[in-house]
Amino acid sequence: MALVEIRDVFKSFKREAQTVDVYTGLTIDFEEGSYTALMGPSGSGKSTLLNLVAGLDKPTSGTVTVGGATVSSMSPSQLADWRARTIGFVFQSYNLLPVLTAQQNVELPLLLTNLSRKERADRTALALGVVGLSDRLDHYPRQLSGGQEQRVAIARAIVADPTLILLDEPTGQLDAKSSEEVLELLRRLNKEFRKTIMMVTHDAKAADHASTVLHLEKGVLLERAGVAT
Amino acid sequence: MKFLPLVIANLGRHKLRTILTITSVALALFLFASLRTVGTTLDAGSQASSAQRIITQNSTAFVIPLPMSYANRLASVPHVTEVTWANWFGGKYGDGKKFFAQFAVDPASYLKMYPEFLIPEEQKQAFLKERSAAIVGEGLIRAFGWKVGQNVTMQGTIFPGDWTFTIRGIYRPTLKEYGDDSFMFHYDYLYEKYPDRVTPGWYIMKIDDPNVAPQVAKTIDDQFRNSSAPTKTGTEKAFAAGFASMWGNVKLLMSTIGMAVVFAILLVSANAMMMNQRERTAEVAVMKTVGFSDRRIFGLVITEAATIALTGAILGLGAAILLPTVTGFGDGGFLPGFHVTTGTALVGGVVAVVLAIASGIFPAWQAARLPVVQALRRVE
Repeated sequence: MALVEIRDVFKSFKREAQTVDVYTGLTIDFEEGSYTALMGPSGSGKSTLLNLVAGLDKPTSGTVTVGGATVSSMSPSQLADWRARTIGFVFQSYNLLPVLTAQQNVELPLLLTNLSRKERADRTALALGVVGLSDRLDHYPRQLSGGQEQRVAIARAIVADPTLILLDEPTGQLDAKSSEEVLELLRRLNKEFRKTIMMVTHDAKAADHASTVLHLEKGVLLERAGVAT
Repeated sequence: MKFLPLVIANLGRHKLRTILTITSVALALFLFASLRTVGTTLDAGSQASSAQRIITQNSTAFVIPLPMSYANRLASVPHVTEVTWANWFGGKYGDGKKFFAQFAVDPASYLKMYPEFLIPEEQKQAFLKERSAAIVGEGLIRAFGWKVGQNVTMQGTIFPGDWTFTIRGIYRPTLKEYGDDSFMFHYDYLYEKYPDRVTPGWYIMKIDDPNVAPQVAKTIDDQFRNSSAPTKTGTEKAFAAGFASMWGNVKLLMSTIGMAVVFAILLVSANAMMMNQRERTAEVAVMKTVGFSDRRIFGLVITEAATIALTGAILGLGAAILLPTVTGFGDGGFLPGFHVTTGTALVGGVVAVVLAIASGIFPAWQAARLPVVQALRRVE
């Protein structure tokens, strides 16, 4: 069953006087529980696809539906609420809040829920346990390695138990060992916790961990494999 | 409440900047409240004055005395029921660092004229009987630790020499605007040492009907118009108001300075908030990605600005309220009853709220309107 449905999406940007077309009628589904790597050169529209799915950006035309909700037609406040419940987002440069501890960073999405303080603490501890950082609760980002920071970011992405995890170059700033740890963690989240994952990457090794690899070039799907149609 | 740690963590991001901004706001509110209090104190003094007392002074200048012979002539003016007089002494006590007003007064008539000064009867009698006796306000007793029966020696500045007085009484004013920090002694004690120089500095008369005060004042001034010491007469209220009006331009200047300081601090505070927001563009984008709505982001930024402004306001207004008591500012008679009124504290609170909103609204609006994709693209 498709979790993400992208139908006849057109997306263009205005760059100075020029209009740049990113997608011209993209249609694609992403199955529930799938693990998809999106590859392609810079400017091919990989990150734009993540932004459209997360509702951070709107298509020029066409529809984006996630779990039956039409993301492309939601209001900003509906989107914020929906994102808090449905989407976990991981960035290349981790983007942890430097003034918050690992625990507080992970707890951030839970502040938007009605959970009690204890429930929030329990779920935060659980998420940090999943990424193997139970002993780093009170560490600030500056006290963590790059790999640890990215694992905290992943814990933040999964703490609210989202349906879909979107990752934009999650290993882009990591060394080989840390990359492997993060990719193994993503594999576990997909296999053990049945999380649907969409990952943008330039790294072929990272893409090898996915069950499906899509190649995008200038907004056109050039190659596909696995369950994506 | 659950967002409070987030607000506190953000305020602690640049501790020095936050402390300096809070200090600026505190200083602005302190100055605003203190300068406004000068005005309210002068006005309160004027309001507390009796409309039934009129004061005659030399029309040339307040510091030039009037002849003693005027006392009987003033007493015979229609509607005048009582007459008394006083002189400015201008002495120095100890190292002279603590200023307070001293008056040479005609004891019996002066105390009768001012029932607002409450003195135990036995102390009053002791004061009346002894030529070198003095009565002092309880504020001075607190300030110097004097006791009844103690001898106090002052150095005269207008009337040179060492002057020793015996404290025989302590007065308490019925209204704090009258002040509790004056020192009063017998006019005769001053006169006997300087008979050639000492005459009354001003006369105070009680009239039987406040409504005739302007006529009485005109009668008195007309009477002395062509004399060697022409007079200027007005009600005590007008005298106090006139004294306050001498400060008129100063009051305007003070309120202008106060508002200018507040406005300058508003710019400082707004600039600090905007710097904070500019530095956190990526974080705001991330928070929106996590699910924070525009409204929530707006609220968080405004809360930060409000925390800074209100903390500063509490410190500044608190200092303005406590400082006169702690330092004894206002003692000495120029601004008796100097204290921050509830009205001034409330106005200060309103200024703080306006400051919070004005300094936070633009950065909050910017943060709320931040396009996530562009912000993330800049960061990534």
